Amino acid sequence: MGVLPFRAVWYGADPLRKKGRTSRFRREGMVINMEFVKAFVVGGLFCVVGQILIDKTRLTPARILVIFVTAGVVLTAVGVYQPIVDFAGAGATVPLTGFGYALAKGVVKGIAEHGLVGVFTGGVTGTSGGIAAAIFFGYLIALIFKPSDKS
Amino acid sequence: MAVTNMGYGNMVKRKSKKSPLLKNMLWAFCVGGAICTVGQALADLFKQYGLSLLDASSATSITLIFLGAFLTGVNIFDKIAKHAGAGTLVPITGFANSIVAPALEFKSEGFVLGMSAKMFTIAGPVLVFGIASSVVYGLILWIFRLF
Amino acid sequence: MAQRIGRYTIGLGNTAVKGYASVVGKKEGEGPLAAGFDYISEDTAFGEKTWEKAESRLQKDVLSRALNKAGATPDSIDIIFSGDLLNQCIGSSYGLREFNIPFIGLYGACSTMAEALTLSAVFVDTGCAGMAAALTSSHFCAAERQFRFPLEYGGQRPPSAQWTVTGGGAVIVSRDGTGPLIKEVTIGRIADLGVKDINNMGAAMAPAAAETLKDYFADTGRKPDDFDLITTGDLGSDGSELLRELMERENIKLGTNYTDCGLMIYDREKQDVHAGGSGCGCSGSVLCSFILNNMCQGKLGEVLFLSTGALMSPMSVQQGESIPSVAHLVHLSSGRK
Repeated sequence: MGVLPFRAVWYGADPLRKKGRTSRFRREGMVINMEFVKAFVVGGLFCVVGQILIDKTRLTPARILVIFVTAGVVLTAVGVYQPIVDFAGAGATVPLTGFGYALAKGVVKGIAEHGLVGVFTGGVTGTSGGIAAAIFFGYLIALIFKPSDKS
Repeated sequence: MAVTNMGYGNMVKRKSKKSPLLKNMLWAFCVGGAICTVGQALADLFKQYGLSLLDASSATSITLIFLGAFLTGVNIFDKIAKHAGAGTLVPITGFANSIVAPALEFKSEGFVLGMSAKMFTIAGPVLVFGIASSVVYGLILWIFRLF
Repeated sequence: MAQRIGRYTIGLGNTAVKGYASVVGKKEGEGPLAAGFDYISEDTAFGEKTWEKAESRLQKDVLSRALNKAGATPDSIDIIFSGDLLNQCIGSSYGLREFNIPFIGLYGACSTMAEALTLSAVFVDTGCAGMAAALTSSHFCAAERQFRFPLEYGGQRPPSAQWTVTGGGAVIVSRDGTGPLIKEVTIGRIADLGVKDINNMGAAMAPAAAETLKDYFADTGRKPDDFDLITTGDLGSDGSELLRELMERENIKLGTNYTDCGLMIYDREKQDVHAGGSGCGCSGSVLCSFILNNMCQGKLGEVLFLSTGALMSPMSVQQGESIPSVAHLVHLSSGRK
């Protein structure tokens, strides 16, 4: 599953390379900015769609998240979402539609490798990291911290 | 009352203050865009350290989920979200928040039926619809392949 | 002696407030009414482990303070009427279990203060009780997790949403009370004009307040101008505007003497509470601080106090039902007119 197509690599982000980092950053500057700008703008636009749904309809947040995930699966199925991922990288994979995208891609891969069984195993396999992390960190953080009093 | 339900509904619509849509959209765009940019930077970083595309993508999700969960735990997430709205809700960080927030809140009802059960009040439906629709998509794909 | 006036109102003879107290949380203590509260808890948890226990603690505390101020002991109270927003009214039952006073739990949502005061006054006026206590409370954190979202959830509140008051009020009523007289009470009917928006409770409750006010004026022949203050419980900014408009349609004009407890308790510019305060404790704590203080000091003569309650449950909202509401009215008089 090729999720993030890179046209440039950000050498400057290597924290181990303290020396000469600034100059490298500057040299790679233009290329880096385009990758980031695309992720920023496309990711931002997904959120704007969500905001319009919040303000203009009376949908609860849970419904909006459900709509985004389902839309991600459907858009990937009809072939619309892959080009957006190719263009915007994390701008398309980080919003919850990207979760739907990963589910759909996982199913495609699952069917290719396991046939009918892959219909059921593919989606969750493709998103297992995120689901396990959400459950594990969710539980851990809830164990350690307590809610603040909000007043 | 001399007002019908419909007449009153119109009155309510006229009187209630509207959400500041433009301001909210701007906030959502900036914060949501910023989170995705952080995601892009993380993915680049993981690739730089030799992870495959697939693993880098998973690692990015896991890191963002951890950040969302952690910021919820230290009571910062909701303060950003109050302004950012969909900007924090729509990215995967919102999914993490929707798991941690009820888990924290229902700690007082115990570890099993409180924390563990309530974790999924919002995330549960997301998983149900996401996984179910992916299976439907898979079935359709599989049936088409038979012919 | 209690007597029915008109269709909906009950006139009372010689029942008065003997003592009262209010206890609030930190946020309310930072609001404009801070000086009038008997106790402001810096700790929103009131030293307890859960928000539910915090609310019970608040009820216990507010009743003890009211008893002290009235110079009464728990033994001298014949009956207590109390309610809150929590499921099965556990705020009241757990908070008051140690007092050993005959107890009736009420559920009137945010209308509980006027509901409890009405019942106490009628019991005392008819001689069924020598001294009665009316109290109520609400707690932001406990209400929020029951009715809306977990505290740390990153949701956005629309401008029409209100902020549940952490606070409570208690009134001790007796025939030999030296405080303001309870002259009339009007028990409201359930009103529902089809509002379904859980984030616009003011709009859902305004019709109930309008109906009860109209009934009261029709029954007694009084006018809004006869009062120094007419206050609703927690309609907030949107709801109180709607109430004015509904009353105007009935040809009753509410002047500058009308306000809403939800608008008084917070500084809406600075405290980020959107449309204002709400919850049982909103009208409860405002009555037992600002209103009764000013009446006792002679600054307010005649006051109409309405508490407004939205009678939905999270389940009825999920089932797509509209929000029914009720408002009860109490006419308090310092006896000058």
